[in-house]
Amino acid sequence: MNDSNIFMLISSFLRSLLSPLLGNDATDLSIYVVGLVGVIIVVFTNAVILVLMERKVAGFMQSRLGPNRVGPWGILQTVADTLKLLSKEDYQPREVDKWVWALAPALLFIPALGAYAVIPFDNQAVPVDLNIGIFYFIALSSLSTLPFLMAGWGSNNKYSMLGGMRAVAQMISYEIPLIFSILGVIMLVGSLQMSSIVEAQSKVWFVLLQPVAFVIYVIAATAETNRTPFDLVECEGEIVAGPFTEYSGMRWSMFFLAEYANLFAVSAIATTLFLGGWQPLPLPGALGDILQFIPGWIWFAAKTYFMIFVFMWFRWTFPRFRMDQLMSFGWKVLLPLSLANILITGVGIYFYRVMIGG
Amino acid sequence: MLKEYLGISLFLAAGFVIPIAAFLVSRLFQTRRTSRVKADPYECGMETIGDTWVQFKSNYFLYALVFVAFDVETVFLYPWAVKFQQLGTFAFVEMFIFIAILVVGFWYAWKEGALEWK
Repeated sequence: MNDSNIFMLISSFLRSLLSPLLGNDATDLSIYVVGLVGVIIVVFTNAVILVLMERKVAGFMQSRLGPNRVGPWGILQTVADTLKLLSKEDYQPREVDKWVWALAPALLFIPALGAYAVIPFDNQAVPVDLNIGIFYFIALSSLSTLPFLMAGWGSNNKYSMLGGMRAVAQMISYEIPLIFSILGVIMLVGSLQMSSIVEAQSKVWFVLLQPVAFVIYVIAATAETNRTPFDLVECEGEIVAGPFTEYSGMRWSMFFLAEYANLFAVSAIATTLFLGGWQPLPLPGALGDILQFIPGWIWFAAKTYFMIFVFMWFRWTFPRFRMDQLMSFGWKVLLPLSLANILITGVGIYFYRVMIGG
Repeated sequence: MLKEYLGISLFLAAGFVIPIAAFLVSRLFQTRRTSRVKADPYECGMETIGDTWVQFKSNYFLYALVFVAFDVETVFLYPWAVKFQQLGTFAFVEMFIFIAILVVGFWYAWKEGALEWK
């Protein structure tokens, strides 16, 4: 295990620089500000990369090239798109519910950015290492239901209204399996703090101890981020663009920025909870020692991008659910399954402790 | 401890300020032109008939009711899961009685068709 990484070096350097000047409290705060700036850079860079990645993966899955005109290999495509969106008219239709409509995209970004505060990017590189980290993440992710309803309700458009209602129904239904699947991991760790969840996986990743929970988490997270096959909120064949129908320009792009920010966040949480976070692959022998030399944040990024690729893979593999199938799958399959997983995990831990005499 | 929440509130504040700043910046670059037809609600080229804010399918509400019961349950389950390994047999059995009571309610909702999409 590396004793120090680049984030710890930066933070200790800043600390030694600032604490004589500002005192301890203000230094801690300025470290949070540095973390915040880092997270904002990650969010925006990721949105640019992920949109390109999505289109390239789509092209790859459908045997075509994807964007390849702007810059080499289409790399500058998203940059050009961003500039275009920035200069598009931000049009407000007649008879919208003005404040609800205007605030929805801004409010959607708060939980999307706030979730990054507890993501452990590397050893001791959590922007704010809350002792209730994962609980905070769940609380925030359920908040993102509200802006969808606001956008749907405020737009004074029947498609938007339908989309907003579907968003609420779908997101609250899949939130419960999501929460329950995380519970199994919490029972194994005995802590809600993100850093201790990662540290508990230094021997064995929880994807091996909690395979059912991992599958439930991935399915529920797909539904929570409104991605295909659960994209009934914005399915273009039925309700145009759902809650986003009446938005244009920067407000519209804010929905997409938040969507990709959420996609990265749920993948990062999947990495943290089930795939060992920033920890290298726990292999015995010389190979394991070599893997230790790769910095933690590269492991973290690689696993997170793998999860994102899986989500994109889903998108081009599965056809969209029907509304009744969606609801009955969430309530009648995932929910009992996740409850059973808690029960089995509990019994398993209990007997394990009895066996080792704990 | 409280300092951490100050850090969190920094994140949440930034989450609100960034979109507003983005809207203001994009305002500098856009052309603004309006007309009567352009301001209509979008509906595949047709004029909208009737009010949008009407009474809605009650199924959504039924799901929300069941959701509330389970969401409150999670508030109790999380502290239990954290301390699960230290609490011993009694808490273990007790929590499964608690879950069982909820499952009975869930079964009743299922039986009465609250989970059917009609």
